[in-house]
Amino acid sequence: MLSSLIIVFREVIEAGLIVGIVLAATKGVLGRGLWVTLGVMAGVAGACLVALFAGEISNLFEGSGQELFNATILLLAVMMLTWHNVWMASHGREIAREMKAMGAAVSAGQKTLTALAIVVAVAVLREGSEVVLFLYGIAAQGGQTTASLLLGGVLGLAGGAAMSALMYFGLLSIPAHRLFSVTGWLITLLAAGMAAQAVLFIQSAGYLQVLMSPLWDTSWLLPEGGEGVAGIIGRMLHTLIGYSDQPNGMQLIAYLGTIVTINVLMRVVNQPRPIPAAAPNAAE
Amino acid sequence: MQIRSLAAAVFVAALPVSALAETPLGLTLKDHKFTPSTIHVKAGQPNVITMTNNDDTAEEFDSSSLKVEKVVAGHSSGHIRLRPLAPGKYPFMGEYHSATAQGVVIAE
Repeated sequence: MLSSLIIVFREVIEAGLIVGIVLAATKGVLGRGLWVTLGVMAGVAGACLVALFAGEISNLFEGSGQELFNATILLLAVMMLTWHNVWMASHGREIAREMKAMGAAVSAGQKTLTALAIVVAVAVLREGSEVVLFLYGIAAQGGQTTASLLLGGVLGLAGGAAMSALMYFGLLSIPAHRLFSVTGWLITLLAAGMAAQAVLFIQSAGYLQVLMSPLWDTSWLLPEGGEGVAGIIGRMLHTLIGYSDQPNGMQLIAYLGTIVTINVLMRVVNQPRPIPAAAPNAAE
Repeated sequence: MQIRSLAAAVFVAALPVSALAETPLGLTLKDHKFTPSTIHVKAGQPNVITMTNNDDTAEEFDSSSLKVEKVVAGHSSGHIRLRPLAPGKYPFMGEYHSATAQGVVIAE
């Protein structure tokens, strides 16, 4: 029971933390619940499909299908997160202003919801397919332990959801005017971590075989996975900020490159424009 | 089916040499146990493990020290590429049956 609890807990937390950040980042945007729910549902459906075709996907591209598939959906998520942040940089101020005005529908924010729903969907899809494969294995085996393993799975799901909720409400306790800059940074680090993870998958697929040696090893201090509290904390940090106990050079380049790219793009679109945007302030 | 495997064989033969330059090391999973459970590899060079899963259900080759997570479906096989390793021990497990599916890669 413990093993199934841990596996499901771990996967749910990874997807759940991302959902929590997305929910916090879209606070006050009309219709976000629907979009996030759609994202989760699409992710679950996708996870079942991926699990069903695990063998076929794996055999694609000289047996590197799974790695390239993972890298692709991670990079898709990186692009969507980047787009969200860049879009928020140019529209964040008006959203914050309208939120203060209360009642005004922040319909403007809905444009970015599609991007974030995709992020939610791919996060659920990636972690969910592992859970589906695992639970399917339990079901296929049958036997007396099935019930207790499934109980473990349910407890893991509840625990993971509770942790994600804590994360979400923790973020919400941040004052509104700081919330978007905090979630902006969280999303930047989330994207950077995903980019670094994608590099690892691409390298596992046999491409990009440069700078592959680990730069340092902090697994003795905070392992990136495994059982135990340190392992779970390491895994959470891995999901949240892309922590890796043995990152290689190419991963570090992808990580820093993503942070720089997002910040440069945000700065570019946020350049004070000579016309309307600045006008109301000048009048005050 | 025969045509498909023939096509696959031609496809594999056409692979760039670099893709599988290293001789793949065999690893078999049966009844949720790895054989051999200890794999010796040369340190400082990339290695490829070909894992054959003879069980009915999928298994995930998982190792946080090797930085590998690879799902291999039931009754199929998959290549696991290892980065050049520093000498040492790198434990791995089948994530879905970690009670029995355990092994270690020793780089030397």
